[in-house]
Amino acid sequence: MRILRAIFAHTSGRIGGAIVALYLLLAVLGMLGLTPHNPLMQYRVDRLHAPDSAYWMGTDLFGRDVASRLMTGIGQSFTVAFFSVAFATLAGTILGLAAAWFGRWDGLLMRIMDVLLAFPAILLALLIVTVAGPGTWTSIVAIAIVYTPIFTRVVRGPALSLKAREFVDAARTFGSSSSYILTRHLLLNLVAPLTVQVTLALAWALLTEAGLSFLGLGTQPPAASLGLMLSDSRNLMETAPWLMIFPGLAIMISILGFNLLGDALRDILDPKMRRSIA
Amino acid sequence: MIPLLSVSDLRVGFGRNPEANEVVRGVSFDLADGETLAIVGESGSGKSVTALSINRLVDYGGGRITGGSIKLRRADNSVVDLLTATEQQLTKIRGAEIGMIFQEPMTSLNPVLTIGTQIEESFRLHRGLTGRQATAAAKDALDRVRIPDAARRLEYTPNQLSGGMLQRVMIAMALACNPRLLIADEPTTALDVTVQAQIMALLAELKRETGMSMIFITHDIGLVAGIADKIMVMQGGEAVEQGELNQILDHPQHPYTQHLLHAVPHFASGRATRSDGRREKDKGTEPALKVDGLVVRFPVKSGFFGRASGAVHAVDGVDFDLMPGETLAIVGESGSGKSTTARAVLGLVRSTRGTFSAGARKAAAEQSALPVQMVFQNPYASLNPRLTIASILAEPVIATGGRVNAQTRAKMAALLKRVGLPESSLERYPHEFSGGQRQRLCIARALMLNPSVVVLDEAVSALDVSVQARVLELLVDLQREFGLAYLFISHDMAVVERIAHRIAVIYAGQIVEIGDATSVLSEPKHSYTKKLIAAVPTIDRRHERFEIDTRQVPSLVRPLGFEPSPAKWDKFGPDHRARVEA
Repeated sequence: MRILRAIFAHTSGRIGGAIVALYLLLAVLGMLGLTPHNPLMQYRVDRLHAPDSAYWMGTDLFGRDVASRLMTGIGQSFTVAFFSVAFATLAGTILGLAAAWFGRWDGLLMRIMDVLLAFPAILLALLIVTVAGPGTWTSIVAIAIVYTPIFTRVVRGPALSLKAREFVDAARTFGSSSSYILTRHLLLNLVAPLTVQVTLALAWALLTEAGLSFLGLGTQPPAASLGLMLSDSRNLMETAPWLMIFPGLAIMISILGFNLLGDALRDILDPKMRRSIA
Repeated sequence: MIPLLSVSDLRVGFGRNPEANEVVRGVSFDLADGETLAIVGESGSGKSVTALSINRLVDYGGGRITGGSIKLRRADNSVVDLLTATEQQLTKIRGAEIGMIFQEPMTSLNPVLTIGTQIEESFRLHRGLTGRQATAAAKDALDRVRIPDAARRLEYTPNQLSGGMLQRVMIAMALACNPRLLIADEPTTALDVTVQAQIMALLAELKRETGMSMIFITHDIGLVAGIADKIMVMQGGEAVEQGELNQILDHPQHPYTQHLLHAVPHFASGRATRSDGRREKDKGTEPALKVDGLVVRFPVKSGFFGRASGAVHAVDGVDFDLMPGETLAIVGESGSGKSTTARAVLGLVRSTRGTFSAGARKAAAEQSALPVQMVFQNPYASLNPRLTIASILAEPVIATGGRVNAQTRAKMAALLKRVGLPESSLERYPHEFSGGQRQRLCIARALMLNPSVVVLDEAVSALDVSVQARVLELLVDLQREFGLAYLFISHDMAVVERIAHRIAVIYAGQIVEIGDATSVLSEPKHSYTKKLIAAVPTIDRRHERFEIDTRQVPSLVRPLGFEPSPAKWDKFGPDHRARVEA
C-alpha cells in the first residue's frame, strides 16, 4: 500500500503507473473477451472502415474491429512479456548470485553470458524461434533466454561489491549462514536495481515480441498481437493509416509508461529517498 | 602592501535556495606572501567549502557564493575579485597561481594514465611545454618532492605507488607552475602517521624554498603546530577565532577552540595512559584470548599456469595474550599486518599456521559459542542499508540459531540505551544516523552475543575528534561494566594512549615491541617504535624540523618455503620487550 502511495506521489510514477494500469486493464478485458466487438469476427461490409463511433479505431482488410483486436493483442503481448521477463529475472538472479558467490564458476558463466550478449537481441530470439518453431511459448522462452544475460550482469556486479562490504564481513563474524547472507545482505540490496531492470526489460520484451510477431515468428494469425497488426498494416499504410497508427502508438505509449514507472521505482526504493517521500 | 589574498564576508550556500542553506556565513581573512593559514574545524564546519570557494571549484560542487569578496593579487600586481572573474580568467588562475591538493591521493589521479603523463599535462597546459621538455620538467617536479628514482617512476601508473608517494605526486602537480598560493585540503588525513609526518616536513621545506603562501585545512589541531603561522578555527560556517599560532594554541579565547584543544586526545608520550585495570601478575586467570605463532600468508601466483611462486607474509609469527578487562592496542602502519591479524582471529582470513584459544570466561549462562566479536572501521559500510536497526541487532541472534522473542527484544532495547541511543531507533534505518551513532550501533551489535573479546579495527578513526572522544569513553565504560577484553587496532598513537593497557607495535607482519602502554610510549626501545612516536603531531612540537625519510616499507613477498629466523627478544622491565634488531 505504502509503495502505491509513493508511486502516486511521484510525478513520473503517477504518469507511468497510470499508463501501465490502463494497459493492464485493457489486457485483462481483452483476454476475458470483454471487447467492443469479437476480435475475430469479420464484418465484410465494413472492410477498411475509418474510425467512427461504431468502430473506434476502424476496421482492417478483413473487416475486423481494430480496437477489439488491439485489446486482445495487448493481452497477448503482455502475457509474453511478463512470463519471459519473470523467467529471465529468476534465471539471471540465480546465475548472477552464483557467479558472484562461487568465484570458481564466475569466469565460465560470465563468458557464456558474453557470448549470448554478443548477438543482437532480436537475432538471437529469431534463431531460437526458428529452431524451436513459432508459437507463444517458444516466444516466451526465446525472449527469456535473450534477456537472462542482462539480469545476470545486473546482479553479479553489485553482488560482487556487496560481498566485499563490511556488513557481510560482520555477518560472517557472528556466524550467519550463507543463505542468510545471500538473501538479507545481497538480494535485499539488489531489489532496487532489479526492479528498475525488470520494468525496463518489460518494455524491451514488448518490443521484441512485437518484432517477432512482425516477422511472423511470434503470435500466429488469426490471433491478434501488436507486432502482427503492424505487419499487416504495411501495405495499407496509405489507404488505411489507422491500421498502423493505433498499434504503433500502443507500443510506444506502453514503453514510455514502463520507463517512467521504472524511474519512479528507482527513486522510491532507494532507502535514502524513503523519508523525503513517505 | 596589499595582501596576496583578502577574503571578506564570504558567504556560500547550497541547494535551490542558497541564501537559506548557507554553509559558510561571513568568513573574512587576509593572507600575506609566504604565510601559512591553517583552517581548523570538524566535518561540516565549512572549512573545505571556504577553501574551494577561493579557486571557485565550489561552483562545480553545487555551491553558490552568495556574498562577500575574494581579492587575489596576481603575479603582475593587479588585483582581481575571484567572485566576478570570468571562467577564462579562472582557468588561468587555477594551477598557475593557485595550486590545490586534495585529501585522497588515490582518487585524485587517473588510474589508467602514467603519473608522468599526468604531470606533463599541467606543464603543457600552463607553460606550453611539449615532448622531451615536458618529460624533463616532470622529472624535475618529482625530484623536487623527493621521490627517489624519479625518471623510472614517471612510467608508473598510480596503483604501483603507495599513498604517501601519490600524495607527493599530487603536490608535484600542484607545484608544477610555481603557484603563489597552495591550498591543501586535509592532505594527510588518508595517510599513515609516519607518512603524514614526512608530507608535512616536505610541505614545510617546499614553502621555505619557494616562498609561497599556503592554506592548510585540517580537523587535527595538533597537526598545524609544525607548519602554520596563523590559525582560523571554524564552527558551523563561521570563523569563531583567528590569530597567530602561539596565541591560539596557548591562549584560546573562544570556548570551541578550548574544547578542540582539550577534548581532542593529544599524545603525551605515555603520561596519559590508563591507570585502571592494569594487568596483575600471577593471578592465575585464564587469558580471554591467546594467540600463538600466528602466520598468514597469501600465495603469489605467476606465469601462464598461475603456479605459486612465492607468498606474501602478511603476518609472520605473531603471539600475544589478552586478559579479561584488558585492552591490547596493535599499532602499525597500513600494510603492516595489523588488520590481517584481527581478521585471522575472527576467521575472516584463513591463518596458515598458529593457534588461538579464546579462554573460558566465567561461564555466563547465555555465553555464546562465539566469544570474539568485531567493530569495523567504516560505520557507513558495516551496516546493511536495507535493514532496520531491529533486524541488524537481531542478526547475530538468528545466526547463532536463536529466536527473536521478547527476551531478545528487551536485550536490544537495553543495549541501545546503554550505548546512548533512544529505543525508537529500532524501527529506523542506518542512514538516519550520524557516523558516531552508527558506530554505537555497531558496538551494540557486537555486544548482542555477550562476547568476551571485542576486536576494534580502527573503530574510531573515521569519526570526528569530539565524537571520537565520546565513543572512547563509552568503550572504556563498557569494558569496566562487562569485563570485556579489547583488541584495539589503530594507527593513532594519541587514541591508543587513552585506551590501551598494553601495546604491541607491529611492523612488516611481526611484532617488534610489546609491553605495558606507559613503558612502551615513554621509553620506546625498537627503532621503528621510536620513529612512530616521533612522527605523532602534537601542539608542543612547533616548527620542529622532521627529517624526510623516503624509505619504503620492505616487500613482504618472499620466495616459497622462506621462513623467518626465530625472534630474539630484549627484556626491558617486567612487561616490556622488544625484538633484537639485525
